[in-house]
Amino acid sequence: MNAPFSDKTKPLLSVRDLSKIFDISGGFLDQLTLKNGRLRREKTTVKALNRVSFDIAPGETFSVVGESGCGKSTLGRTVIGLYPPDGGEVHYGGERIDTLSSRRMLPFRRRMQMVFQDPYASLNPRKRVAAILEEPLRFHHPDMTADEVGDRVKEVMEQVGGDVQWLTRLPHEFSGGQRQRISIARALVVDPEFIVADEPISALDVSIQAQILNLMMDAREQRGLTYMFIAHDLSVVEHISTRVAVMYLGSLCEVADVDRLFADPRHPYTRALLSAIPRLGKKKSDHVRLKGEVPTPINLPTGCVFHGRCLYADERCVREIPELLKQDDGVLAACHGVEEGRL
Amino acid sequence: MSALLQVQDLTVNFALRTGDLTALNGVTFALGEGERLGLVGESGAGKSVAGFAIINLIGKPGYIAGGRVLFQGEEISALPEEAIRRIRGHRISMVFQDPMMTLNPVLTIGTQMVETLQAHRNIGQSEAEAIAVDKLRQVHIPSPEKRLHQYPHEFSGGMRQRIIIAIALLNDPQLIIADEPTTALDVTIQAEIMDLFLELCRQTRMGLILITHDLAVVSETTEKIAVMYAGEIVEEGRTEDVVRRPRHPYTQGLIAALPQGDDQRGTRLNQIPGTMPTLTRIPPGCSFHPRCPHAMDVCSERAPGPLPVAYPDGGGGMAACHLYDPNLGDR
Amino acid sequence: MTDRWQRFKKSALFHDFKGDKVAIVSFATLVLLFICAFSAPLIAPYNPYDSANIDIMSSEIPPVWMAGGTNDYLLGTDAQGRDLLSTMIYGMRISIIIGICAVALQAVIGIIIGLIAGYYGGKLDGFFMRLADVQLSFSYLMVAIFVSAVLQAAVGVGRFAEIAVPFLIIVIGLAQWPQYARTVRASVLAEKKKEYVEAARVTGFGAHRIMWRHILPNCMSPILVLSTIQVANAVMSEAALSFLGLGMPVTRPSLGSLINAGFEYIFSGSWWITAFPGVLLVILVLAVNLLGDFLRDALNPKLYKG
Repeated sequence: MNAPFSDKTKPLLSVRDLSKIFDISGGFLDQLTLKNGRLRREKTTVKALNRVSFDIAPGETFSVVGESGCGKSTLGRTVIGLYPPDGGEVHYGGERIDTLSSRRMLPFRRRMQMVFQDPYASLNPRKRVAAILEEPLRFHHPDMTADEVGDRVKEVMEQVGGDVQWLTRLPHEFSGGQRQRISIARALVVDPEFIVADEPISALDVSIQAQILNLMMDAREQRGLTYMFIAHDLSVVEHISTRVAVMYLGSLCEVADVDRLFADPRHPYTRALLSAIPRLGKKKSDHVRLKGEVPTPINLPTGCVFHGRCLYADERCVREIPELLKQDDGVLAACHGVEEGRL
Repeated sequence: MSALLQVQDLTVNFALRTGDLTALNGVTFALGEGERLGLVGESGAGKSVAGFAIINLIGKPGYIAGGRVLFQGEEISALPEEAIRRIRGHRISMVFQDPMMTLNPVLTIGTQMVETLQAHRNIGQSEAEAIAVDKLRQVHIPSPEKRLHQYPHEFSGGMRQRIIIAIALLNDPQLIIADEPTTALDVTIQAEIMDLFLELCRQTRMGLILITHDLAVVSETTEKIAVMYAGEIVEEGRTEDVVRRPRHPYTQGLIAALPQGDDQRGTRLNQIPGTMPTLTRIPPGCSFHPRCPHAMDVCSERAPGPLPVAYPDGGGGMAACHLYDPNLGDR
Repeated sequence: MTDRWQRFKKSALFHDFKGDKVAIVSFATLVLLFICAFSAPLIAPYNPYDSANIDIMSSEIPPVWMAGGTNDYLLGTDAQGRDLLSTMIYGMRISIIIGICAVALQAVIGIIIGLIAGYYGGKLDGFFMRLADVQLSFSYLMVAIFVSAVLQAAVGVGRFAEIAVPFLIIVIGLAQWPQYARTVRASVLAEKKKEYVEAARVTGFGAHRIMWRHILPNCMSPILVLSTIQVANAVMSEAALSFLGLGMPVTRPSLGSLINAGFEYIFSGSWWITAFPGVLLVILVLAVNLLGDFLRDALNPKLYKG
């Protein structure tokens, strides 16, 4: 549906040094603390994203994986503009979008869409499916006639494997998988080119997961979509992605093509993560055991955020934050060990 | 291997205003001493109900409508509440999905462990604490003496689940029923917890029933798998048989729906059409037939009983599917 | 319309209602009282506002079953010779009108403030919620005494009677808006986090559209429950103000001012002038409250009914 991109090398989305800090200290009175006998105002902040940079080329399925609390959902929401960033830049189609006013942002709202995790919370329970699908269309195309709107909604409904009869019903009448189809239809109805999918299948049963993954892959083929796919399930990521970014504690550890990442993980965290994937019929545990626990993002470790759990950490890792460096084969890894060649 | 647990034709109904609903329909399986069984199914398949029914913990409006549960030869499904309470948490322990729901947030874990011990045994404080420390060490909690005096919120999710397991181990149970024990946890933590279960079962010859939706997790941990669908066990067998050579069309579909790794990257996944029926609308005959690619006329007419299936290497299993009925022709 | 009715008949709310005797009885009582109140000119035996019907000679006639009672006045007459039953029916109409309008005013103010405070959060939220605290720390009686003193001085005691109804509506409405604001704010905070709101923001909808069209409809259940309780409270407040002489004048009595008027005659034996309006007030408030309790239980799925 979208015009094919002539220039494949130019990124569709470009993120530079993106940072996001959440203030979790609550109200003014909660911020007051006594220190050395003096009353002081102190803010507690969570550093959810630390200088994250990456590019997504048109037609890619760029996956972001990591464990809960690593900031992958925050990354998706900051990229799409739900959260304002506290540092860094987001460029879309060559234009910087994180500083745009909501009016100037409107044309991008049509081009970028999002699919959410919880199929029970992502559809307004008081609206009929028809209203859920028609409202964005009418909003972005006020000149469309009622017939055109209706046709477009039906067309999208069919594409997501839904039924025209669904349109008159309320969300609570559907199963989780059906709701997720409606969610996808809502994203597709404005004909976007880029979709951020935040754990779109993790709330679904296995047999339904396959249906939704297939639907997303079909939509990618038919509409030339670009995905940013946020997930914690590595086997799903392996199946759907072209490129994968591994996140830990708000920082990117490794960014690589899917084949390279799964065949030859560089970063020690990526290795541990991959070894932990449960595989059908794999016996005998050969999991890489990590030391300790994930630290809180309130007090980030110095140096490499992973050094406290890394089996190969040395003095430099404690001291110096590693840069995301390009390896010979194009893999990006943020690890002193990889850089020094001792891993 | 002597039978540790025998579940025979267990049926659980829910009494609702519109009539009775069958949540568990004639579930039958057996578990040997030290054996590990995976109870796999999607949400609504009745796997948790099965776990609760074994220890007679079905809450209203549910009730056990039929069948028996024998634990070490004793029929525990017929025992009075008082007697079964002595078995629960003592000889049979349970581990649930959300550790925060099981742990009391205002008591230290030491207090909670000592209380659990003293509820079943007549022992003193220091002796109980010694056992608690021992069990915490067994689940690899570092410096257990110190950790005993901490509150649940001071532990991470993975640590909490370890504590829950330590509490389950307190009275040296012969059987642990773990209901989705790692679903709320991250993959790396999940792998560690599963390793722990495996290690404990081998050390103590304890039986394990692992209830989960994740076939891959089960396949790494248990020796046997029972696959549930709409309140029934549709296939049962040794793990490698069920995973490599699934016989029931539902198991086949479920396994084919999983992303298989490198060689099929980016291809369409096999999908089972439709969704699992809700308990109010279980179709007649075989409950899977509307979604089954091999459905025959007979499938919508009558429900298949458990039929034996054989594997080339001499192993055997069970599948509730008309395809394996010798009286119904080929296959 | 028929479609909606069909759906309502199938809904869980209706099913719960059918099984709840208390709810059915209080609903029936309320419907009966409302019909009586709003068809007052049709069903009341006399028009108490019409001075032609009032005869001071027939004052303090006891109810019909007592010695001295007549068939003309079923529940007797008050100190001015008005038929008590008719005066009560008219009084109830005034009480209900004031109650509902005051709650409507509370709701409008409270919902707007609650939505804004909950949706925007931050300093705006802090300001409105502190304002609500301040408002609640003034008793509505204080507000009423102050405002009525100012008003009576401004327009004169004689004309004050004419503006008593809007006065009561405004006083009760202004005094109680924080209840709505707090309830709405709490549910907005819960709804705002849900993904359908984020989806609306991703689509580019403005804040107003999201607040009014997406979030507010999902806050309606608590608002509905609160409204029933607030109507009962407002009716009580009105009665209390009137009883203290700050409300409806004796010439156009509400239930509260009737109770007040009769109070002086209790010790002279005319207990009925106070008692019957009092009983009616209790029945009215109780019915509203019981229905509110039912709604709260039925609309809150988290509350387990034992």
